[in-house]
Amino acid sequence: MEWQRICDLEDIPRLGARTICLAAGPIALFRTRDDRVFALLDKCPHKAGPLSQGIVHGTRVTCPLHDMVIELETGLAVAPDEGRAETFEARVISGNVEIRGALTAAAE
Amino acid sequence: MKQKLVVIGNGMAGIKAVEELLDRNPDLYDITVFGDEPHGNYNRIMLSPVLSGDKTMADIMINERSWYTEHGITLHAGSPVTSIDRQQRTVTAEDGTSASYDRLLIATGSSPFIIPVPGHDLPGVVAFRSIADVDAMAAAAAEYSRAVVIGGGLLGLEAAAGLLQRGMTVTVIHLMDCLMERQLDPVASALLKRSLEERSLTFAMPAETKAILGSERVRAVALADGSEVAADLVVMAVGIRPNIALAEEAGLHVERGIVVNDTMQTYDPRIYAVGECVQHRGQTYGLVAPLFDQSKVCANHLAEIGYARYAGSLTSTKLKVTGIDVFSAGDFSGGEGAEEIVFQDAAQGIYRKVVINDNQVQGALAYGDTSDGAWYFQLMRDGTDVSALREKLMFGHGGSGEAGLGGETGTAALPGDAEICGCNGVCKDDIVTAITAKNLFTLDDVRAHTKASSSCGSCSGLVEQILASTVGSGYAETPSVRPLCKCTAFSHDDVRRTIIAQNLKTIPAVMRFMDWETEDGCAKCRPALNYYLLCAWPGEHVDDAQSRFINERAHANIQKDGTYSVVPRMWGGMTNPKELRAIADVAERFDIPAVKLTGGQRIDLLGVKKEDLPAVWRDLNAAGMVSGHAYGKALRTVKTCVGSEWCRFGVQDSTSMGIDLEKMAWASWTPHKFKMAVSGCPRNCAEATIKDFGVVAVAEGWELHVGGNGGIRVRTTDLLAKVTTEDEVKEYAGAFMQLYREEAHYLERTAPWIERVGLGHVKERINEDAGGRRTLFERFLLSQKYAQSDPWAEGAEDPPEWTEIRPLAAAE
Ligand code: SRM
Ligand SMILES: Cc1cc2nc3c(=O)[nH]c(=O)nc-3n(C[C@H](O)[C@H](O)[C@H](O)COP(=O)(O)OP(=O)(O)OC[C@H]3O[C@@H](n4cnc5c(N)ncnc54)[C@H](O)[C@@H]3O)c2cc1C
Ligand code: SF4
Ligand code: FES
Repeated sequence: MEWQRICDLEDIPRLGARTICLAAGPIALFRTRDDRVFALLDKCPHKAGPLSQGIVHGTRVTCPLHDMVIELETGLAVAPDEGRAETFEARVISGNVEIRGALTAAAE
Repeated sequence: MKQKLVVIGNGMAGIKAVEELLDRNPDLYDITVFGDEPHGNYNRIMLSPVLSGDKTMADIMINERSWYTEHGITLHAGSPVTSIDRQQRTVTAEDGTSASYDRLLIATGSSPFIIPVPGHDLPGVVAFRSIADVDAMAAAAAEYSRAVVIGGGLLGLEAAAGLLQRGMTVTVIHLMDCLMERQLDPVASALLKRSLEERSLTFAMPAETKAILGSERVRAVALADGSEVAADLVVMAVGIRPNIALAEEAGLHVERGIVVNDTMQTYDPRIYAVGECVQHRGQTYGLVAPLFDQSKVCANHLAEIGYARYAGSLTSTKLKVTGIDVFSAGDFSGGEGAEEIVFQDAAQGIYRKVVINDNQVQGALAYGDTSDGAWYFQLMRDGTDVSALREKLMFGHGGSGEAGLGGETGTAALPGDAEICGCNGVCKDDIVTAITAKNLFTLDDVRAHTKASSSCGSCSGLVEQILASTVGSGYAETPSVRPLCKCTAFSHDDVRRTIIAQNLKTIPAVMRFMDWETEDGCAKCRPALNYYLLCAWPGEHVDDAQSRFINERAHANIQKDGTYSVVPRMWGGMTNPKELRAIADVAERFDIPAVKLTGGQRIDLLGVKKEDLPAVWRDLNAAGMVSGHAYGKALRTVKTCVGSEWCRFGVQDSTSMGIDLEKMAWASWTPHKFKMAVSGCPRNCAEATIKDFGVVAVAEGWELHVGGNGGIRVRTTDLLAKVTTEDEVKEYAGAFMQLYREEAHYLERTAPWIERVGLGHVKERINEDAGGRRTLFERFLLSQKYAQSDPWAEGAEDPPEWTEIRPLAAAE
């Protein structure tokens, strides 16, 4: 699977998110305080709320619609809530944000 | 090198302080703990269920010895300290072990008082304080059959009930004619006595113990009236005495307890003290909740954070005897100016009494049905003005109108399928099951597991009742202040005070200084902190966009499908053809699917795609419109009626008054949304009496109303004042908003805020103190100078937030 460059790290606000529409669907790219980047399908497992619009804290995001908290690393809802948002691999290589999985998923 | 901390007393308060210290600063000290008892640290209050056999010793251990090892703490258990040398800064134990300290914490608790009657030292006479005592009682119960408990207070009755459950016959000897006379009044005390007698407990009261008889072992207790009660076991539960001898010998100032100040320091600043051995502002405490408050404050100072203060605690008590519900809090003895409200249902064995003084709850007790105990205690603790709740107080929280299940006296009576949370469709059974299956103890836990009361929150009271009746007599610590969120132990008020006192200017600075437990906080505290900072430092505070809820970041309301709604401001509900045309054009240009008139006299464009937002703003702004802040914790609408300009009844120009108010107050950020309205005559077509600030024109001027709410729980306004000029209306409005901005908790509307602080307080600050009112108004105008810039107008330069709203370009 190929890594695909998406944007500069600086395009994503710290403790914030940006979105991109790929074949797999809308993808949310989150940036934590310590500049790690995570890629999730921008749909909350609860009622498909746009996670990218939530408040990011630690390695979690709180969904803006009904406050479910999602782990960015695994996409899992924090207990006792249940559910899992689809995740994609993401990395930062010398200031470039790259992801993989989302494109191939669409190509198949 | 690390500093050395020595703790004397391995009990509940001392070890709580150590735990809190480790949370805050684990590396500051080498810690040594001396304990008289040969155990780790255990939950003393649970000795009652251990005695009755409902729990085992293993159940009640809080920290096993391994915990001390893991945290590098040296524990000398079974090694009582016998002296403190303040010059050398060392302590020495009975077995000769000594340790030196940089700081010392005394937490020696108290000892049971043993009445010095003849025979008090016979075998078979015990107190009820420690594991050793419970072991002795259990052993006696296995071998003998008759027990006497001296003392009909909380502890004595729990001992009696426990021994009864172990199969002994039990007589309680009490000096007074009322049981638990410090917590109950004669009526409740008689009810309690009756139900204990039904469980075959015997009472001798009022009765004075003269001697304990026996030679090898106790045989009987002799009373002052000459009678004797046969006994193989005598439990003395007549009170406790703070353990102060050690401190006194070391030359520390002691009275009834070791005297400490608000930072829990003794007269020697290197020596702290917490727990039952302490006397603070003349008070000693014998319950865990206040002691834990002390421990937290002490830990804050030991950790060298150094701003927390202990200001004393209110306490409430609950008897831990299965099947008997007694709740008592505060002072119900009456006194000058106190009024009592009493409810009694003898058939059902229910009794409630609330004592009110100066419109505040001063004390409350409940027997039989204690489900409202928590609510009374909350009202008391918050100093809520209960003048409007008076009639409802007796019927409890269920009937106070907040619950939406009007008239129901308690959740106990509700069937299992009764819907408790209307927002999330959660029934009583769902809640009870979750509480029992998952061992939930707090409202937060129940919220997380069931979603009940997690949305609008209006059913919180009901959920708390269910919690109380399901957990039953198990002990649930009542925090004396509610923390702002799970990231901190501090309350909204603590945080607001500290921001100003310590000159804190950024969210990370607050979190660092106040010892936040999470690195970035959470979605609850970050928006609150952002608001508190912007309110405290107008013009200086740099807004943190990532700490705002999406609506405030996008200047629009997020909808359930992820699109947004946009509401331009229409000053005082007035519009004109040019604005309407611009709105129509925008709706067409961006394919906006719905255009609706709102309940706030303006127009909502619903279903705007997120990426179109900046362009929509730009076009509306070009036609002279600004954001309506329909999304913000901010000034929303100022509704008006047509007033004297058109209406045949109008006595003042309410439309212009409304427009003036809106021009003055628009774009201000407030703890929760803030709505105003101006009606041209008392017919009140603008519904001013359910607004946060409502103005009603009368022939001689204007009536100013505050604290209305038309939402989940309707509350009509209180009349604040009558004024004559338009300038006065503006000054009162601005001053009121500023008081609310500076004092309310984040996400608290004016209605609950006023109920919490009382209308009297607001009147004092706004009506009675003209100088103070003007200063508030000036502070409001000052903050408006920085707040009143239209977010839509910034668009010309396309600021970064606008770029970030758009999706990234898809990869090539
Ligand atoms: C649009 C509007 C309904 C309409 O179509 O008329 C509306 C829509 C919403 N209201 Fe409202 N309220 C609207 C007038 C009202 C009114 C009537 C009024 O202001 O005169 C009330 C009762 C008066 C009051 O506030 O005291 C009202 C009481 C609420 C409440 C309950 C507040 C409370 O304190 O109990 C909420 C929930 C909340 O804020 O937590 C709420 C929340 C909402 C939210 C923001 C729910 C949300 O978080 O998404 C809705 C946003 C929809 C949107 O995207 O626009 N809305 N809402 C009205 C906008 C008025 C405006 O021009 O700005
Ligand atoms: C049976 C029972 C039921 C209770 N039920 C409740 C309840 O329901 N709710 C409630 O809030 N409270 C209840 N309490 C009260 C509560 O347990 C006490 O308020 C609390 O334990 C006091 O904490 P402390 O740390 O001050 O004292 P303690 O927990 O007594 O700790 C002090 C420790 O210091 C040790 N010590 C004393 N002198 C020395 C010395 N010189 N050297 C070394 N160590 C020393 C003692 O041995 C003891 O272990 C109950 C108490 C009892 C006994
Ligand atoms: S009443 Fe208000 S919050 Fe409820 S659905 Fe209507 S607009 Fe939404
Ligand atoms: S859609 Fe995310 S919490 Fe409901």
